Formats: sequence, C-alpha cells, structure tokens
Amino acid sequence: MIGYAVRRLLAAIPTLLLVAVSVFLLMRAIPGNPAQLMLGDAAGPEEVAALRQSLGLDAPLPVQFLAWAGMTLSGDLGRSITNAQPVLPLIIERFQVTALIVLVAVGLAALIAIPLGMLAAWRQNRALDFAIVSFATLMLSIPSFWLGLILLLVFGVWLRWLPVVGFVGFTEDPAAAAVYVILPILTLVLVETGAVARMARSATIDVLRLDYISHARAKGLSEYRVLRRHALPNAMAPTLTLIGLVLGNLLGGIAVIETVFTLPGLGRLLVEAIYQRDYPVVQGVMLFVALVYVVVNLLVDLLYPVFDPRVTAE
Amino acid sequence: MMLRPNLLVGGTLLAGIAAVSAISWFWTPFNPLGVNLRRRLRPPDDLNWLGTDEFGRDVLSRLMAGAATSLTVAVTTVAAALVLGILIGLVAGFFRGWVDRALMAVNDALLAFPGILLALGLLTVIGPSKWGIVLALGLAYAPTVARVVRSSVLSLREREFVEASRALGNSEAYTLWRHVLPNCISPLTVLATTMLGWVILSESALSFLGLGVPPPAPTWGNMLAAARPFLESAAWLSVAPGVLIAASLLATNLLGDALRDILDPRT
Repeated sequence: MIGYAVRRLLAAIPTLLLVAVSVFLLMRAIPGNPAQLMLGDAAGPEEVAALRQSLGLDAPLPVQFLAWAGMTLSGDLGRSITNAQPVLPLIIERFQVTALIVLVAVGLAALIAIPLGMLAAWRQNRALDFAIVSFATLMLSIPSFWLGLILLLVFGVWLRWLPVVGFVGFTEDPAAAAVYVILPILTLVLVETGAVARMARSATIDVLRLDYISHARAKGLSEYRVLRRHALPNAMAPTLTLIGLVLGNLLGGIAVIETVFTLPGLGRLLVEAIYQRDYPVVQGVMLFVALVYVVVNLLVDLLYPVFDPRVTAE
Repeated sequence: MMLRPNLLVGGTLLAGIAAVSAISWFWTPFNPLGVNLRRRLRPPDDLNWLGTDEFGRDVLSRLMAGAATSLTVAVTTVAAALVLGILIGLVAGFFRGWVDRALMAVNDALLAFPGILLALGLLTVIGPSKWGIVLALGLAYAPTVARVVRSSVLSLREREFVEASRALGNSEAYTLWRHVLPNCISPLTVLATTMLGWVILSESALSFLGLGVPPPAPTWGNMLAAARPFLESAAWLSVAPGVLIAASLLATNLLGDALRDILDPRT
C-alpha cells in the first residue's frame, strides 16, 4: 500500500513539471512584448527597457523558466496587471467560492447517481433501466449554462423564490449566502448525475456478470446484500475515476456557471483576466487549476486500493 | 443488425440539424444580421416565429445561421484533432522507445489540463475568432485521440498480419498506413462521434463567455450570452438556442452509444 502510494506520488512529479513548462511557454508565446503589455501603451521605451531588465526578460528562455519556477515554488505568482494585487491570495479567495459549489455538487451527484446507476444495472433492459438511462442521457446532453438559465427563469423570474443576480460571502451571512448558491449547485448536480449514473450502471453490469455474484446469490443472500456488499465495492473503482475527472473538468468549466449566476469564483477570475489581458493572473489560475486537477486524480488513485485491493498487487 | 432506437433518434436529430445548416447557406426567413429597431424584443408572432432580439433581428434566422457556424466549427475541429492525434499516436505507438516516451510525456501533460481550460489558455494567445476556436479546441482534443490510437497501435503491431506485411518487405510507413491504421477505425469512429458533441458544447461555452465566435455573427453560445440580461423581459431568447445545443449533444451521445454497441459487441 505504501509502496503504491509513493509510486503514484513520484509519477505525478514529471506531469506537474510539464504542466509548468507548458503554462510558461503558452504565456511566452503571446505575440508582443510582455513588458510593454504589462505597462500599457502609454509607457515610454526607457520604462519598458527597465521592466524588461527587472523581469529578466533579456535572459535565455531556460534561465527565465528557472527564475519563474523558483518564484512560483515559493508561492510568488507575481502581481495582477490591472490592480497590482498579488496573484496567489486573489486565486485562493476566489477558489473558496468555486470549491464550495463544486464539492457540494459533486458529492450530492455521487450520492444520487451511484444508487441510481446500480438500480438500472440490476434491472438491466427493463422499464426502470430504460427510464434511468433516458434521464441520465438527457441530463448529460443539457449544457450546464443553459440549464442554469432555465432554472433562473423558473425559480427567479416566474416563481420569484430566489434572486436572479448577486452574491453574499459565506463569512458575512451564511444563510443569505446559501440562497445564492442553491441554483448553481442544483444545476451542477443535475448535469453531473447523468454522467456518473451512466458510469455506475455500466460498471455494475460488468460486475454482476462475474461468478462470485452468482455464488453470493446461490448462498441465499438477499438481492440488497448482493448489491451492497458484493457489487458496490467493485463497481466503485471505475465510477470513482470518473468522479475525479468530473471534478477536474468542472473546475475548468465552472466559468460558464459562474457567469450565469454572477458568482465571484475562480472561473470568472480567469475569464475576466483573459478579457483584460492580465497575463500573470491567467498564468496563475491555469497553473492552479492544473495542480488541483492533478492532485484530485492522485487522490482518486490513492483511494482506489480501498475499494479494490488487487490494484496494489500489480 | 437490428434497428436500434439510439441510432434512429440520434441519426435523425443530427441529420435534421445538418439539413437546417445547409438550408441556411441559401435561405433564411430574414437576414440573420438585419437590424430592425422598430421591432426590438418582440415575442414570437406571425412574422417572427421565434421572436426578435434586442436589435430586432429575427431569432429563427439567427438560429439557422448559428447551426451552420456551430456545425462547421465542430466538424473542422474534430477533423483537425483526428489528423493531429492519429499522426502522434501512430508515430508513438509504432516507433516506441524514446520517441514514444517523449511524445506521450507531452501528451499526458496536455491531458492534465481539463480540455476547456487548455482551450481558454490557447485562446488567450490566439485571440477569439472562428478559426482561433478550431485551432484551440483541435489542439485541446488531439491528445485524447493520440492516446486511443497509440494504445490500438501498441496491441496491433505485434499481430501476425503486421509481422507478415513486414516479412513481405513492405516499408514501415506502408505497413502503418495499409494494415495498422484501418484497424484503429472502429474505436476512432466512436470517439469522433462523442467528440463532436464535446466540441459543440465547448464552442458554445466559449462563445457564451465571449471568447468564441465574436458577434454579430450568430452562434448558439453567443445568442445565449446576449439573452442573459433580458431573462426577465424577453425570456424566449434564452430558450431556443439552448434547446438546439441540447438536441445536438443528445444526438451525438445517442449515436456514440449506438456505435459503441455495434462496433464493440462484447458489451
């Protein structure tokens, strides 16, 4: 188990290094002079030359990368061009909003979707299975931002139960904050339930075909016990991998949801930074999201042996 | 092969959307870009069947033109991702060794970004435009294709018929093209169909964020973005573009499922 964990951790290091190199190169590939971009068009040539010097932009690329990587590792992601705030605290502040919504939504989606998928597998090719698969495929096909707009239309505009725009921080007033995050969370739960339920169903179908399930049934166990004790742990492994991927993709795709519901999250920060050509922020957010994505998938890999002890044996 | 409802429904939906796109090249009820300030924000009526937007433009005409834009972008992007991914996957899988390790290291680093995030980063560099989207999404999705092709090639290259082709004195390039690639087609068909849906979704999301196809050219995504401020006064603007995006995704999901069942009879 420990050997497996160490191997997985070591395997993540080159991935992270390459992620850092690609983010660095991507930002260097932007046409134009970064110093000029940072100072704006009003700056004179002397100012630009001075900033180039202080940023080390005259050094060869590998040297620039090492300097940048050193700063990044010490937690210094530079300052925003638009408001001169340090980038890392900005990211962490916005990430709290995003992380809360995404974690609650994925947790709820898993709680709903896994039993739903197993139920469909258990009743494979019957009416209940057909109903669940149709619902899941429909949910998978509805774009999250449109579902969000429609929910806003129904609950905000027609029924007037919930506000259409705005946000209150959780530290200020938790009850008021909850009102603003209900719809974004509901939207994500509905959308993600589709993908997870489909995966849970197909993983369970694969497992239910195996001999040990027939054996468990032959022992006279109830269907509930067969599913709960014997099918669930084995069907969890592929489903868990998908949940990891869903989490990471949500972090990348959250910008649309935050735009629909006007939430000040990480996705909005990235999109605003792209509009304003605020490259240190763009670079910081991309690096941060990729890091979270790698860490989440690492955690999933580490959880794997809990459900399937055979994994460590390989 | 029995008639599958998935194939039928998915195929009909996709064919319908493709037909609408094709028609829009020759005819739309109104000019999709035609501004008419006397008929702003009109709900659906006899003249404008799906209403008008904040500039008095006909929603139905814009939806039709948007279908053409979205489908062209999606098909070109998938084609670009396939060409690039197949090339990388074939080379990596066939030559193995350090070529494979180097290519896959870069490939895996790109896969470590969620697709849409990578596209956002690339769009920062390229700038928003129709071809910028194709380039950004094509590069973002190519690594997935490369992974699938490489793993097929790795298992195929040890098979007898590939050995036989080499033993006959055929060149490696000929063997790859003539014997290895055709056997990658069935996993690639399933992937390409599903990917068409992902690309339609990503393009509409990017356009919704204002980073995709720039207005006034209509796409379903930028129509939804423009509809957001009028949610309370002109709700109809938010409905139709979303229905069409959902219908396209449903079509590719159903087709992908059906093709997987047909091409991989094991499951």
